Amino acid sequence: MKNVIEKYIRKEMFPHIWCPGCGNGIVLGALIRAIDSLGWEKDEVAMVSGIGCSSRITGYVDFNTMNTTHGRALPFATGIKMSNPKLKVIAVMGDGDCAAIGGNHFIHAARRNIDITAVIINNMIYGMTGGQYSPMTPTGKFGSTAPYGNIDQNFDLSALAASAGASYVARSSIYNPNQGTRFIKKALSKKGFSVVEIISDCPISYGRMNKLRTPVKMMEWIKSISVPKKTWEKLSVEEKKDKIPMGEFLDICIPEYTDKYKEVCAIAQEGGGNE
Amino acid sequence: MVTKKDNMKVYQNEETKIIVNEEWCKSCGICINYCPKKVLVANEKGYPVAEKIDDCIQCMLCELRCPDFAIRVENRKKVANYNMKDGSLED
Amino acid sequence: MSDEKQIVKILQGNEACVEGALLAGIRFFAGYPITPASEIAEGMARRLPKIDGKFMQMEDEIASMAAVIGASLTGLKAMTASSGPGICLKQENIGFAAIGEIPCVIVNAQRGGPSTGLPTKPSQGDVMQARWGTHGDHPMIALAPSDVNEILEITVKAVNFSEKYRTPVMLLLDEVIAHMREKVNIPSREQLEIIDRKKTNVKKDEFLPFKADEDMVPPMADFGSGYRYHVTGLVHNEKGYPTSDAEEIDKFLRRLSNKVELNKKDIVIKEEYSLDDAKIAIVAYGSVARAAQRTVKLAREKGIKVGLLKLITLWPFDDDLINQLASQVDLIVVPEMNLGQMVREVQRAAQGKSRVISYTRIDGDLINPIEILEKIEEEMSQ
Repeated sequence: MKNVIEKYIRKEMFPHIWCPGCGNGIVLGALIRAIDSLGWEKDEVAMVSGIGCSSRITGYVDFNTMNTTHGRALPFATGIKMSNPKLKVIAVMGDGDCAAIGGNHFIHAARRNIDITAVIINNMIYGMTGGQYSPMTPTGKFGSTAPYGNIDQNFDLSALAASAGASYVARSSIYNPNQGTRFIKKALSKKGFSVVEIISDCPISYGRMNKLRTPVKMMEWIKSISVPKKTWEKLSVEEKKDKIPMGEFLDICIPEYTDKYKEVCAIAQEGGGNE
Repeated sequence: MVTKKDNMKVYQNEETKIIVNEEWCKSCGICINYCPKKVLVANEKGYPVAEKIDDCIQCMLCELRCPDFAIRVENRKKVANYNMKDGSLED
Repeated sequence: MSDEKQIVKILQGNEACVEGALLAGIRFFAGYPITPASEIAEGMARRLPKIDGKFMQMEDEIASMAAVIGASLTGLKAMTASSGPGICLKQENIGFAAIGEIPCVIVNAQRGGPSTGLPTKPSQGDVMQARWGTHGDHPMIALAPSDVNEILEITVKAVNFSEKYRTPVMLLLDEVIAHMREKVNIPSREQLEIIDRKKTNVKKDEFLPFKADEDMVPPMADFGSGYRYHVTGLVHNEKGYPTSDAEEIDKFLRRLSNKVELNKKDIVIKEEYSLDDAKIAIVAYGSVARAAQRTVKLAREKGIKVGLLKLITLWPFDDDLINQLASQVDLIVVPEMNLGQMVREVQRAAQGKSRVISYTRIDGDLINPIEILEKIEEEMSQ
């Protein structure tokens, strides 16, 4: 394979800050390979992140990059896309970032169907702050703020995105980076709001509290809970309990927000509207 | 054959070149564990050593799963291309 | 519209704000419905699409502020408008705009607080929030016009300052001047001084996005223009990357505040009425300054030598101006629609050179000229 990574990273920032075995780097690799395969110019890509380990991703890539506030990657990205629709806008978020503090922004970005690709690195925990449970921590698992087991239900983020109005929704894992790259490529190519959720690991925070202390043990666990979408559909409710379906859940063509706004401008300039 | 340049360890035979960036590697062990041909073994620091490079099938899994961009596999005869359609490798 | 001559219209304060913003070049607005600021969003929704500008109603106040910052980074002049409860939510990203040095204007049509407070009544309760609402030491420019015509003029200034100093600027209205209708002179664009942000012209590989010029402001590059760089809410070096180097941190944070503080002379806008021979000065701002102007007239009719210093720029606060005033008069009265917020700044800056007293009202009604006069007479009789 040609070494595509070096073309897109800010080498002076490496080695990165992530812990040994952290999936963030694997997702970054998949993202870079997908962008490279589309032949996009670095100047035309804007990548926005929020807060958390995963959000450091924007510091490492040589695009127009922005590391914003916690949960807010999507509204910042929305401002960028709306103002300059020519830019290819990507928002990278963690699960706490996207599904908790940024949950409202997530569903509304999907509702608008604005042409942004959201990549969510779901390691099911708040890693940077020391392993507190997130809205994606499975029920019954442990976190530093769930020392007796998590009683919350976790979101199905992909189902949430699909029902909120996105155009493309897929889920993969760091165990299967080929699939992740393929899904991200499709998401990036999609005109509309596209979501790729990548199940990732956190050996230090999640692993430490859930008897999965090494990167390999975490990887094995992810492998064991992953089932292809088709297989998952045939499982009983009981069998589905500890599994996560992988694959593409939605791929539709619906009008995109910045395109629709152009129509608004046309109507306004022709003197239309309710005046 | 092993050569070393700027913390880059290069293992190669006629077919394959495996480059390990020991400055970036964090010894997580993922590449070693998931090499389907057990080409890689850990040295005393946990860095991967391509001991059985002749068994390498250039599946790229070590490179794709490396969280640190610290291992690279090159086909010395031609650069393999990643087939985006089905996620497999084409050469 | 740019080639038209000056037009005179009866406008609501919020409408005048829209006019001023569009004249100053605002081409992106994101907001969320809130009383008493909604008319600004409504005006923008109507006007921006006509000039290929972008209007967005976001899912909340936080998102509005974020979208404004994102838009500004691509090169559009960007604005949002809200009131107390919404401004509270925006503070997180106002801090981001400050540290990221991203030009933007935030309009706060003040209503009574705290919390939901008095949604339909005026207040000046947010003047300290305007300065210190977001955490950490940061620069802030806040301007407070006191009539509808002035709202238009000062909105233009707010946009200009945000562009010139690459920093968020707060425009403080209140419910009364936001909703009041008055005669407004709408100038043409040519009649106005319009400032656009400095753009970088260095080679792309030599661009240091946060390296300031002598005026302490770094030239900017639009996202998508070929200058790729990183913007972060973390304290960063000139390259834009996070730093933990004490020297770099200190240098950056001091420059950030100093670019506003040390350019105070350019930023401070004030008006003086009858101060030359005054023995008593009123220091007022916003709609209270209107009442105070009348107080001056009433007092002088009674032979009391009262003058008015009307502050339009509240932040940065001009200590020297107040200090000089304090050495000239015996008494300074600071009437405010809060429990006495700016009066503390005035007291601090006066350094005991004159007596400084506060007159406050927080019942949702305006301060009227006679009240201020009575307060002055009460003080004189003591």
